[in-house]
Amino acid sequence: MSQKQKKNLIRIIIAAVMTILLHFLPVEGAPRFILYMITYLIIGYDILIKAFQGIKNRQPLDESLLMTIATLGAIALALYTKSGDYAEAIAVMLFYQIGEWFQSYAVGKSRKNIADLMDIAPDHANIETENGQLEQVDPDDVEIGTVIVVQPGERVPIDGIIVSGTSSLNTSALTGESLPRDVKEGDEVISGCINLNGLLKVETTKEFGESTASKVLELIEDASSRKSRSENFITKFARVYTPAVVGAALALALLPPLVLLMLGKDPAWGTWIYRALTFLVISCPCALVVSIPLSFFAGIGSASRQGVLVKGSNYLETLSETKTVVFDKTGTLTKGVFEVTAIHPEIVDEDTLLHLAAHVERYSKHPIANSLRKAYPNEADDCSVEDVNEISGHGITARVNGQTIAVGNDKLMNKLGAKWHECHKHGTILHVAIDGEYAGHIVISDVIKENSKQAIAELKKNGIRETVMLTGDLKEVAESVASELKLDKVYSELLPQDKVAKVEELLKQKRSEKEALAFVGDGINDAPVLSRADIGIAMGAMGSDAAIEAADVVLMDDDPLKISTAVRISRKCLRIVKENIWFAIGIKLACLVLGAFGVANMWFAIFADVGVMILAVLNAIRCMF
Amino acid sequence: MKKNYKIEVDCANCANKMEEAASKTPGVKEASVNFMTLKMKVEFEEGADPAAVMEEVRKNCKKVESDCEVFL
Repeated sequence: MSQKQKKNLIRIIIAAVMTILLHFLPVEGAPRFILYMITYLIIGYDILIKAFQGIKNRQPLDESLLMTIATLGAIALALYTKSGDYAEAIAVMLFYQIGEWFQSYAVGKSRKNIADLMDIAPDHANIETENGQLEQVDPDDVEIGTVIVVQPGERVPIDGIIVSGTSSLNTSALTGESLPRDVKEGDEVISGCINLNGLLKVETTKEFGESTASKVLELIEDASSRKSRSENFITKFARVYTPAVVGAALALALLPPLVLLMLGKDPAWGTWIYRALTFLVISCPCALVVSIPLSFFAGIGSASRQGVLVKGSNYLETLSETKTVVFDKTGTLTKGVFEVTAIHPEIVDEDTLLHLAAHVERYSKHPIANSLRKAYPNEADDCSVEDVNEISGHGITARVNGQTIAVGNDKLMNKLGAKWHECHKHGTILHVAIDGEYAGHIVISDVIKENSKQAIAELKKNGIRETVMLTGDLKEVAESVASELKLDKVYSELLPQDKVAKVEELLKQKRSEKEALAFVGDGINDAPVLSRADIGIAMGAMGSDAAIEAADVVLMDDDPLKISTAVRISRKCLRIVKENIWFAIGIKLACLVLGAFGVANMWFAIFADVGVMILAVLNAIRCMF
Repeated sequence: MKKNYKIEVDCANCANKMEEAASKTPGVKEASVNFMTLKMKVEFEEGADPAAVMEEVRKNCKKVESDCEVFL
C-alpha cells in the first residue's frame, strides 16, 4: 500500500465509524448538522478541493465536481425539507472513496504482479578486471565483444557466446519452459535466462539495448499502448456517457416540475431535484474505463508468463477471433533438421550399414553427412577409411577396412551396376553398396516435432475451423506430414511468393469480416506472409530479431502447442472484456431508469456504482490466471 | 519523433482525459496514455521542440486533472 492509499483507508474507516455512531447518537438541530458536516469533510475534503479546481480550469464535467454537486445538493435538500438525513450525502462520498481506493489498490497490485513477471532485465554486468577481481558495471556501458562473467544465480545481462564454462540455464522467464537448458562453451546464451550452477564467461554479441531481455521488455511495455477495438469503444463511450448523464439529470430536474406546474399541479421540486442528483452519482464511467485496459494488461501478462508475447491489445483481440490457422511446415511443425528416420539393410545388419555409411561420409561437409554422423556418434573408431572420393551429384565412395563402400543416390547405384530399389518411405534415400553389391538404404528426413500432433488437435478443440499447411517441400513429403498431423488442407511445392498468394486466397475465403486468419512461421524467411495474415505468429524467437520484428505474436520457444495456449488466453480475456462491458453498461442503465422513476435512491445508486466497479475489476483480474 | 514519459495518475478515466488534453496540445501529433504502465507516449509534429511542447502538455494535463503529474 502506498502512503496515499494508507491515508485514504484511515479516512474511510474514521468516516465509516463516525457515520455509524452518529446514527445512534440522539443529537438534533445544529449540533447534529455540525457533527455530520465534520464527517463529510473528513471523507470528502479532497473531492471538494478538486471540484473547485475543476471549476477554475473550466472542466464542468469533472467527476469530483459532479460528486460535489450531488452530495451538497443532498445536504441542501435535507436542510430544506428539515429531514435531517445528512447520512445519505456522507454515504455517497464514503462509497465513492471506497471505490476509488479499491480501484487504486487493485490496479497497483496487478501492476506490481505483472511487473514482477516481467522482471527479466538484469541491472548489472560483471567484468573481470586485470587482477582477477569482478567489477559490477551498468550493462548499458558494456561494448560488443566484451567478456562478461555470469555467476551462478545471476541473470545473463546481455546476449553472447560462452567462451568458457558449462552450466544449466533457467529460461522460464522468457519461454515459460520449466526444464533447464544445458549450455557449454561455444553455445549462444540469451539475456534474461538465469544461470543455475556453473560460472560462465560470455563474450557479448549485442549491446544491452539490443539484447533479447531488453527487446522483450520494450515489447511488453508497448503492448498495451496498441489499443483494441473494445478499448477504443469504451474511450468513446466514456466521452459521451458523462455529458449524456449530466444532460439527463438537468432535464430530470427541470422538465417534469415545469410540466407539472403548467398543468397546475404541485411541481414537487424537491423530489425531482433529488432524482436528478441520483443521476450525477452514477455519472462516472469508472467501472468500464478501468476494467477493460486492466483485462488486456492482465491477459498480455498472463500470456507472457507462458512464453507467448502479444505485441498489442488489438492482436489479443484478433487472436481470439481466429478461425483459420495456416502453418509453415519446416521449422514450425517439423524440426527443420534432417535426421536418420529409417535404416533398411539388405545383406548386413542395421548397425553395420549405418556404421559403414558414417565412415564414408566422415570428411563430408554436406548436411546429410552431419545427420549420419549424428545417428552414429562413435564414428571415430579404429576402422581404416581411405581413398575417399566425392562424386558431385552422385555421392561418395571410400575404402573402409578394405571393402569399397559407395553411399549415394540412385544415379551412383546405376553407375556401379548395383540393383537398387525404391523405398516406401518419404525423404532423402541414401543407397549403400558394398563392393558393388546393393546393401540397403538409409532414409533421412525432417522430423515432426513431438507436440505438433497434439497442437493441431488442441486447436481443433478450441474451435479453430481449418488448419492449413504451406510448404516448399515435395508433394509426397507434405502429404505424409499433413495426414499424420490431421491437417485439413495442404499446399506443397510453393515458392516464398506463392505462400503470400496462397494466404491472400485463403483470406478471401473467410466467411465473415469478424473471422481472423493466423499464419504461423519460424519468422526467418516468412516475414512477408507474417505481415500479410490477419495475425502473424512467429515461433522460436529466442534470439531471432527478425521474428520479433515481423510478427504480431511471438512464441519464445519452438513449441507449437503454445499456439493453442495463446488462443485460449485471448478467448478468455475477450470473454471477460465483453462480460464487463455488458454488465457495467447494463447495471448503469438500469440504475438510471430506476432512479428516474424514483425507485432507486442515492444509497442504491452509489452501491450499484461502486459495486459494479469492484466486480468488474475483480473479473478483469481473472485474466491474469 | 516519439518519446516516452512516466506519468502519475490515479484513475483510468483521468488517464483518458490526459490523453485527450495531450493530443490537443499544439506540437503534438499523437499522444497515447497507458494507464496500466503509467506511461505517456508522445509523437511530436515535425520541427516541434519536445521540451517546450511537453511543458504545455503538462500544463494542459493539470488543467483536466489537477491530481496528475508528467515527469519530464
